[in-house]
Amino acid sequence: MAEFISKFPILTVIYLMPLLAVISLLFINEKNHKAIKITTLLFTTISFLLSIILFLSYDFQKGGLQFVERYNWIPSIGVNYFMGVNGINVTLVLLTGIIIVTGVLASWDVNVRPKEFFMLLLTLVTGVFGVFMSYNLFLFFLFYEIAVLPMYLLIGIWGTGDKEYSAMKLTLYLLVGSAFILAGILGLYFATGLYTFDFDILEKFNYSRNFQIIFFPILFLGFGVLAALWPFHTWSPDGHASAPTAVSMLHAGVLMKLGAYGCLIIAVYLLPEGAKFWLPFVALLTIVNIVYGALGAFAQKDLKYIVAYSSVSHMGIVLLGIAAQNSTALSGSVFQMFSHGVMTGLFFGLVGMVYGRTHTRIINDMSGLAKKMPALAVFFIMTGLCSLGLPGLSGFVAEVLVFIGSFKTYPVITIICVTGIVFTAYYVLRVLQIIFYGKYDEKFEHLTDANKIEFAALFILMFFIIIFGIYPFYVMKVIHSAVLPIAQKLLMP
Amino acid sequence: MDKIFLIGFLIPSLPFLAFFIIVAFTKRFKMISALISITAIFISFILSIMIVLFQIKNPAGYLKYDIPWLYIGNLKMNIGIIINSLTAIMLLVVTTVSLLVQIYSIGYMKGDEGFSKFFAFISLFSFSMLGIVIADNLMQLYIFWELVGLCSYLLIGFWYHKPEAADAAKKAFVVTRFGDFGFLIGILIISYLAGTFDILDIENFIKSGNISEKMLLLVVILLFCGAIGKSGQFPLHVWLPDAMEGPTPVSALIHAATMVAAGVFMVARLFPIFLSSPDAMLFVAYLGAFTALFSATIALTQDDIKRVLAYSTLSQLGYMMLALGSGGYVAGMFHLYTHAFFKALLFLCAGSVIHAIHSNNIWQMGGLHKKMPITSITFFIAALAISGIYPLSGFFSKDEILLSVLHSGNKLLYYSALFTAFLTAFYMFRLYFVTFSGQGKEHAHIHESPAVMTVPLIILSVFSIFSGFIGLPDKEFSIHKFLFLDHPEKGHFDFKVAMTSNIIAGLGILFAYLVYGLKVVNADMLRKKAGIIYTILKNKYYIDEIYLFFIRKIYYTLTEAIKWFDRHIVDGAVNLVAFLCRWAGGKLKLTITGKVQNYAMYIVIGVIIVILVLYVYQPDVMNIFAEVK
Repeated sequence: MAEFISKFPILTVIYLMPLLAVISLLFINEKNHKAIKITTLLFTTISFLLSIILFLSYDFQKGGLQFVERYNWIPSIGVNYFMGVNGINVTLVLLTGIIIVTGVLASWDVNVRPKEFFMLLLTLVTGVFGVFMSYNLFLFFLFYEIAVLPMYLLIGIWGTGDKEYSAMKLTLYLLVGSAFILAGILGLYFATGLYTFDFDILEKFNYSRNFQIIFFPILFLGFGVLAALWPFHTWSPDGHASAPTAVSMLHAGVLMKLGAYGCLIIAVYLLPEGAKFWLPFVALLTIVNIVYGALGAFAQKDLKYIVAYSSVSHMGIVLLGIAAQNSTALSGSVFQMFSHGVMTGLFFGLVGMVYGRTHTRIINDMSGLAKKMPALAVFFIMTGLCSLGLPGLSGFVAEVLVFIGSFKTYPVITIICVTGIVFTAYYVLRVLQIIFYGKYDEKFEHLTDANKIEFAALFILMFFIIIFGIYPFYVMKVIHSAVLPIAQKLLMP
Repeated sequence: MDKIFLIGFLIPSLPFLAFFIIVAFTKRFKMISALISITAIFISFILSIMIVLFQIKNPAGYLKYDIPWLYIGNLKMNIGIIINSLTAIMLLVVTTVSLLVQIYSIGYMKGDEGFSKFFAFISLFSFSMLGIVIADNLMQLYIFWELVGLCSYLLIGFWYHKPEAADAAKKAFVVTRFGDFGFLIGILIISYLAGTFDILDIENFIKSGNISEKMLLLVVILLFCGAIGKSGQFPLHVWLPDAMEGPTPVSALIHAATMVAAGVFMVARLFPIFLSSPDAMLFVAYLGAFTALFSATIALTQDDIKRVLAYSTLSQLGYMMLALGSGGYVAGMFHLYTHAFFKALLFLCAGSVIHAIHSNNIWQMGGLHKKMPITSITFFIAALAISGIYPLSGFFSKDEILLSVLHSGNKLLYYSALFTAFLTAFYMFRLYFVTFSGQGKEHAHIHESPAVMTVPLIILSVFSIFSGFIGLPDKEFSIHKFLFLDHPEKGHFDFKVAMTSNIIAGLGILFAYLVYGLKVVNADMLRKKAGIIYTILKNKYYIDEIYLFFIRKIYYTLTEAIKWFDRHIVDGAVNLVAFLCRWAGGKLKLTITGKVQNYAMYIVIGVIIVILVLYVYQPDVMNIFAEVK
């Protein structure tokens, strides 16, 4: 089995599956909604299962890049086809697999031009998978843009509310980020004088301190925009609020992680000197992310805005972990990417399901819903508990690791950030109380609980939150194997 | 793995298994769910007795076993178990009370829609609480600490459709989170300094003296914050009275006997750490004494039977903290142990009454003695026990506390503790006389609760009477020989202290009898005489109002301000950039006229500007033109 996997180009297959689905969809009649959805589900399920196999067959004792596929492509400008995964990549590929399958299940009731919808969604996922496995920066950027651009159409056409504004704002914002990233990558390309985009070579090169100090912020901000680094986060609440359910799930679930991943693996790993210079400032910004995000979530009335601000707050923990520069905090940070991805996928999925029934997202218009939809209430409560860091669920492990690690680097900043656990508990429990508890309103008489497909989606997501919350041993070993080299590089004088 | 460890791990695991089975399979079959839950806790109870018997053979010994939970780099987090005398006695308390409360609940919760859910939550709670008891490291302690908080949240809000219950559940969780925030930071600091979470290793680290006194004080106070939240010490006591919105068996188990005592237990578990910082100990003692007195005064004026008991719980927890702060390790744990029985009994009696008359207000009760004799007698026993009347269990533990406070030499704390004892006796018997004595109101058909409820009451009253005898000095077996820190202590007995406390408690009872039993003193007149003091006490010192003011006026405003700032300033800047681009585009597009003359003019203007610039900055360039000429 192991031998077979090592020869099988599993990475290419994982990201090609969604692309194959797009091609298959071309041949399906657009009126045949069922066939469209089943085809999509089929191909994404294959990717999902392969991502589980990939995760389980990654050898964390050996560490480093595995399942490498490396072929010449355009040698004249130093572009090769270089795919590989380390412990961080396998975790994030798994996350993407989880989110896309559940996202497709959660969009089972999309009946407006489903063919185009799913084609765009699948294209986007191809990009995300690609980013998480490519180790040639040219390829990386290519996939990155594939992942970012379909969002404009997905929100602009299938969204709700002020969707044109949100779609435009989000796309422009992310493209500004892309411009920075492109500039940064080109900087690296020319700085080595070797004219290559190969990550292995770029990683071994010793960049001058001045170069690092100038280019680190360019790359970090470029990716930071996508990770909702304050004050570049305002695209996120508007974008999430307008996006259809599956798009919100993918966006908050994996796209924001793409930003954090870029910050870590490109900005920090390639430019450690620059990182050491700038990260203390980033740590200061993360206080704002965490505390301001939590306080901001409290004041919101729209469920999607609440979840979006909570994402800003939780992504702050990811960034704090990166800023702390030691292996404990970095492991926590990467695990928080995973945990928050699944959790926020659940959140947006649930919000979509509640909205689909009540046709309102304003929390004060709802009350006592637990009576009519007990299963949705249980899932919602558990997700809320995960977000406030309850032990036994994955969020706790991630947060506590980040705090333990960052305390070593920035004790005062960490203590301020820990106040976030109180504020988060307050806004999460308040929302639960308002919408699920209290007097049950007669106007919700017709509401139904989760159907089987929705239940399946929620169950898959919740499964990972609980399993990794109770038994984090394995996943943390996998992540730690990849984080260690980064931490060691940061330790070097 | 040793057999004893297997037993140790089974004790919490069985209730968890019960929780899982109920949630996954037997939700629809109410009696089966209850049976599963009770069987699990019963086996845990038997196993706990085995642990106690094992530990009696060698009280000073301890055993420790760790299962790796999360290892990365140097960081090691374990799920472990420590078996020593403290573990043994606490296991016994938790499983006993939980077992009796669950049996009682079959009667109390009969006919409730969420019957199975109730037993699932109670099992989850038992699991989490037992997890705290066996924890040998701070991270595990924190994990289960949070889980009992969750169970408390779920069970307070059990009747979630009642807005008060939903409010109280949220309040309980958020208020205790404030304490947990300090607790977590304390854990972060000490584990960073000591490089481990293991409690014994941390104790050794502190003994080695590698930590400054100030830092130690800070750490201990931060750790104590957790206890302040969980055990409802001032100023985080506000959640416990509201928590009475939950079903009464929950109040008995979680909010009287076990979970709220977790704070006291934690201090006892970390006692060597606390002991190394005398200033922190003094803080614990003062805060405990203050909470004891403060809550007792509020209990004097409340009308809700469960709330009186809740304030009494706060007061008794303060008493335990006072004992621990004064160095009375055995005294504090001894009182936790006796208190668990008589306070659970008081709550279950209250539940029996509420079950019969469907009201919490004591003024709607009265004369219940004739109609509910078992409830009345058992309540009477518990009230005597909590008042510290010889020879009931409360006497021995309270006496132990008074002695340890006296030994610490702090007169102020000693007298305040005595005064609290007087108040305790008074408000308990106020409650007793108002509820059970007299003629009573005409209630149509009130009758004693069924046997499934009264039998646990009787068993608990037996405990309330006799469980104190292990505190007798100079006996073959005593708590002092079982539960000790460095060396077995001899039980103390001071006739003077014992007499004083009994006389004071007796006075309290007598006074209550005069006012509420015989009614020779008019209660209304007393109330009028007390005037403003009564109003303040009745309103619980307005602490809730003060907190609400802070939340409504300051926190809400702050969050609204942030919302506004985000929308208008941060996002405003973004929109401004967008607007500027558009505006600039709008202006620039006017230059694209399509007329060749205009473009020619731009060229001419451009050339002139270039020439001028060159002329100013690099006159040499002009020579080129000269040569061309």
